[in-house]
Amino acid sequence: MAEPVHASPAHDEHHHDQSFWRKYIFSTDHKVIGVQYSVTGLAFLFFGFVLMMVMRWNLAYPGEPIPFIGSLLGENRAPGGIMLPDFYNELGAMHGTIMVFLGVVPLAVGGFGNFVMPLQLGAPDMAFPRINMISYWCLFMGGVTMFASFFLPNGAAGNGWTSYSPLADIALNGQTAWLIGMIFLITSSLLGAVNFITTAIQLRAPGMTWMRLPFFCWAQIVTAFLLLLAFPPLEAAGVLQLMDRVVNTSFFIPEGLVVGGEVVDRSGGGSPLLWQHLFWFLAHPEVYVLILPAMGIVAEVIANNSRKPLWGYRSMVYSLIFLGFMSFIVWAHHMFITGMGSVMSTFFQTTTMIISIPSVIILSALFISLWGGSIRYNTAMLFALGFLPMFGIGGLTGLPLGLSAADIPLHDTYYVIGHFHYVVAPGTLFALFAGVYYWFPKVTGRKMNEFLGKLHFWPSLVFMNGVFFPMMIQGLNGVSRRLADGGITYDFAGEVAGLNRMMSVSAWCLALAQIPFIINFFMSIRNGEKAGRNPWNSTTVEWLAPSPAPHGNFDQEIVVTRGPYEYSVPGSDKDYVPQAEPAST
Amino acid sequence: MEIPYTVEAHPETGLNNGKIGIWLFLTSEVMLFGALFATFIMLRIGSDGNWAAMQAEAELNIPLATINTAVLIASSLTMVMAWASLMRGQLGRFKLFGWLTVACGGIFLVIKYFEYTAKFEHHHYPESSTFLAIYFAMTGLHALHVIGGMAWNAYFTGPGSKLFHTNRQWLTDRVEHSGLFWHFVDLVWIFLFPVFYLL
Repeated sequence: MAEPVHASPAHDEHHHDQSFWRKYIFSTDHKVIGVQYSVTGLAFLFFGFVLMMVMRWNLAYPGEPIPFIGSLLGENRAPGGIMLPDFYNELGAMHGTIMVFLGVVPLAVGGFGNFVMPLQLGAPDMAFPRINMISYWCLFMGGVTMFASFFLPNGAAGNGWTSYSPLADIALNGQTAWLIGMIFLITSSLLGAVNFITTAIQLRAPGMTWMRLPFFCWAQIVTAFLLLLAFPPLEAAGVLQLMDRVVNTSFFIPEGLVVGGEVVDRSGGGSPLLWQHLFWFLAHPEVYVLILPAMGIVAEVIANNSRKPLWGYRSMVYSLIFLGFMSFIVWAHHMFITGMGSVMSTFFQTTTMIISIPSVIILSALFISLWGGSIRYNTAMLFALGFLPMFGIGGLTGLPLGLSAADIPLHDTYYVIGHFHYVVAPGTLFALFAGVYYWFPKVTGRKMNEFLGKLHFWPSLVFMNGVFFPMMIQGLNGVSRRLADGGITYDFAGEVAGLNRMMSVSAWCLALAQIPFIINFFMSIRNGEKAGRNPWNSTTVEWLAPSPAPHGNFDQEIVVTRGPYEYSVPGSDKDYVPQAEPAST
Repeated sequence: MEIPYTVEAHPETGLNNGKIGIWLFLTSEVMLFGALFATFIMLRIGSDGNWAAMQAEAELNIPLATINTAVLIASSLTMVMAWASLMRGQLGRFKLFGWLTVACGGIFLVIKYFEYTAKFEHHHYPESSTFLAIYFAMTGLHALHVIGGMAWNAYFTGPGSKLFHTNRQWLTDRVEHSGLFWHFVDLVWIFLFPVFYLL
């Protein structure tokens, strides 16, 4: 490969002058912003996980003092180290909020999308670099607001991540702070989505036609449309709930609501169901926001490590777009037992069954892509392979929930928790880990350690299943998802209550399994094996840039001449042909 | 580093980045106000026939709102005139029409202020009824958009207009984009006026 040629030395000169603040804190470089998003996302994922580990103590050993940190939590949260149910509710609500809006989305969309997509498109940066920076700082403010709400006199929001009204309208806890935090997060997503779509439309390198886009870029584009169109209704709902809380309106408060034996002094006339509609109109597409970038990452890693083109690239892209459209008309399958009527239920269970088809097409295409490949079992590939069956379990267990009759006994049980955690935890999170291992060399110029990577993967796989599979069993026995003591006081939980200890121990072991990752992550930044531009012999355009890539990304002109996954082309002297051949060949 | 197609149009799409960005932003705004209109419909349907009574009790001022409608439509006209002046390279006329647009926004807000205070004097608050709640929520959010559009236009008419001497095309594009937003804000009011005052 030729020595890198500086296409614009004058500009490089200019950027060396930038102060520390401009370069690393208030940077407009999509790669720095991507890293900021990723680090924030990983930190919040860890924080959200810690909340859950504390909750799992009370589920496994209800009424017993929490070891180590119990005495630090304060008398109003855990007197004598024993968790109060209200505090359990706070942890539950904030675990959901943080994992979804501050963990997975910033990492999958803000982090990987920002860092990888412009590079894969062959673009010098995002279309609106300053808006990109503002978008990150909105997220940061939202994160600070959410985190700070734990220190409010009445604690953080404790009404579930769904914040159902009228409970969330009248609760004395930090729901107002939650709403303000959400408005920051929504603004961040909105600005990001505008930026992603504009970049994909305008800044693709010459020759990068739509059907030559890597699947990951398609996933990010569809995700950006979901964020763009689904989040505003939640923003509207958030403003209305804020008004309900602050200026005593009754958008979501029905007439004659009785709280604590007294009729609430409000005008009434509102509709609690309205909140659910507005919330799920966002929150169902949000589920696809969580899963689509993950599918994109897995597709990249699998094509690269099976040394084969993706099987059915076009049908995967069309499925993705169809999935995006359909995700807007399935939301009320979260509301089958609200009494909205059987006509509505029939409509939404039909659309829900339809939306499972494109998901199955994508998953099947990924499985078939493995067929006959010469698979390299590196850590990224292991996580991507782990994703496939785990997401499969998550998806298939969702079908009974999508049918309104089967949903009635399963609703609000641990079965639901098991189902969506299979999608999001061993599903999306595994894909995100695959992405971290896969693109780490592009970010830092060094590879992560393979041995520590495998030490991370295998225990994670075992303990993830240890946490989430017993939930299915408990759920089928009818254990409610909302009980701070894990349902120990109910008869039906009798036989399966013991599983709580297994799940909790698995969760804590899962935390231990992340230690190799943390060590690997920080050690490899300085000491990892040096990676060249293209350590994985990959075809897509981001691997033509130097590792780490400078401001402006490429030191050569990118002209794309072929599709994204030209692996093992017959008659070629190497087993991959880059999308845009380097200038030297 | 220069971002391509900031000013010049992309040869394939025929648009620059800002134009696509503003239209995408407007689609999300449609969803925002769409959700609020949906809320309006749900509340009205769920009011057991009390809606007309709540509306009558709120005593909204139709003449003032009519004047406001005219003011906003006039401001959309001056907005286009400002942009057209820039296209012809007339900086003075651009500034005149630009400030007229901002002034129209100001008049709208002053009238809105009098409407709001009249409601409060009669003890009509957002908490009084769901009609007043959604009225204040939607017109309030619209007023915030008016303020945003005014700030945006004031910047390009004032300090931002220095760009005229260095990159006239860029300024023209920026004014066009702020104009698109301003027309959208105008259009939202065209829906709000009949829905709250006339229906």
